[in-house]
Amino acid sequence: MKARAFSYFRPATIAEALAAFAEAAGDASYIAGGQSLVPALALRLQAPERLIDIAHIPELRGISLQDGSLRLGALTRHVEAHDDPLIARYAPLLALAAPHVAHPAIRNRGTLGGSVALADPASEFPAMMLAMDAEMEIAGPEGARRVPAAAFFQDLYQTAIEPGELLVAFHIPAAHPQHRCAFDELARRRGDYAIVGCGAMLGLEGGLVEEARIALLSVGPVPVRARTAETVLAGGVLDAETIRRAQAALADDLDPQDDEQVPAAMRLHLARVLLGRLLGRIAEAS
Amino acid sequence: MTAAVPVTLTINGETLTRLAEPRETLADFLRRDLGLTGTHAGCEMGVCGACLVMLDGVPVHACLTFAVQAGGGAVETVEGLSESAVIADLQRAFHERNALQCGFCTPGMLVTAHGLLVRKATPSREEIRDALSGNYCRCTGYEAIVDAIEAVARRRAAGETAAAFLEEPA
Repeated sequence: MKARAFSYFRPATIAEALAAFAEAAGDASYIAGGQSLVPALALRLQAPERLIDIAHIPELRGISLQDGSLRLGALTRHVEAHDDPLIARYAPLLALAAPHVAHPAIRNRGTLGGSVALADPASEFPAMMLAMDAEMEIAGPEGARRVPAAAFFQDLYQTAIEPGELLVAFHIPAAHPQHRCAFDELARRRGDYAIVGCGAMLGLEGGLVEEARIALLSVGPVPVRARTAETVLAGGVLDAETIRRAQAALADDLDPQDDEQVPAAMRLHLARVLLGRLLGRIAEAS
Repeated sequence: MTAAVPVTLTINGETLTRLAEPRETLADFLRRDLGLTGTHAGCEMGVCGACLVMLDGVPVHACLTFAVQAGGGAVETVEGLSESAVIADLQRAFHERNALQCGFCTPGMLVTAHGLLVRKATPSREEIRDALSGNYCRCTGYEAIVDAIEAVARRRAAGETAAAFLEEPA
């Protein structure tokens, strides 16, 4: 349970971090909170020659509203996602999901950037980035680029981030006051990996669903957007019948596989139960 | 082997510099290099909570933080919290309620309780349970631990300070 020896470097800027990675000829890992990386190192699932500690780079910090979009530095901690008033108002799905992420002490150190860059399919924040149509700002040797969430999550633990590139920030279209959000997950124990999790964001106007965005976690190798269920909801009234049809539509959106603990049919069933609860909660509150 | 590097930390109010290998966790650094064995090493993967310390004012896992990462930071271990008497009432309440059996998890439980009460003065039992979700007690003492933390929150809300509990209970 001890990591293999590595050298440690703490850059002060993104440019320094990228240069340090290039210098290590690929045999390096960036570390921020380290709440997933340190166990991986201890178990020797990863054994980089060099750790580049990006936790002290000011450019990776900060939460601000710019032109209708919330910019979250990659170093934003899980606990900040829960507590920050700008996030609560403009990216409420993150605030709602945060209490479900691991345990309080992990949330004190873990970062949004680390969680999303790791892209564990059971993680809450990657799925919520997908639901919110976030854009990931990535810095690399060739300069900065932006990747929409829909193109970001590619396969199990695989994202659009190329080796050596660094996730810098999230740009999230600010939620409007008409948006109603809900998040929940089914897990065996508090803080444990979810069997299935779901976030829903509905734009409601005069009793009608103007817009629906739904993303699920723990239903496949990547977070999944429930586009068919969204189509069922959009333009209609959020009543019991519509909710039932949205639940049924999940069969077209999800293709869960059997695993040791949960058969595919049960996972789909639980996803439907969860979606029904969330939509019911939103309908009741509006 | 990668050479040890100097790490400067403020531990329980005292700033010191020691050499540490980059791969040495903060938990091992505290226990082996500084003899502060109140921080317990349990699962060493962030699940059991026995290694919790306060880092820059919040509870974190000392097993999931390399000492070099904490460089420049301020750490309070259970020894520091105990000596400064900020958790004297928590320790007393754990004693009174028999909120421990073997005691292995107790330092982490105390750090969690301290972190919780700093953040929220009068948490509900549900909130206390949620805060303890990352602390394992394999002797099954949770109910008494929740009782103890709740009792301290009430006493503090009623104006009693931790220092009043410095004396050992009879």
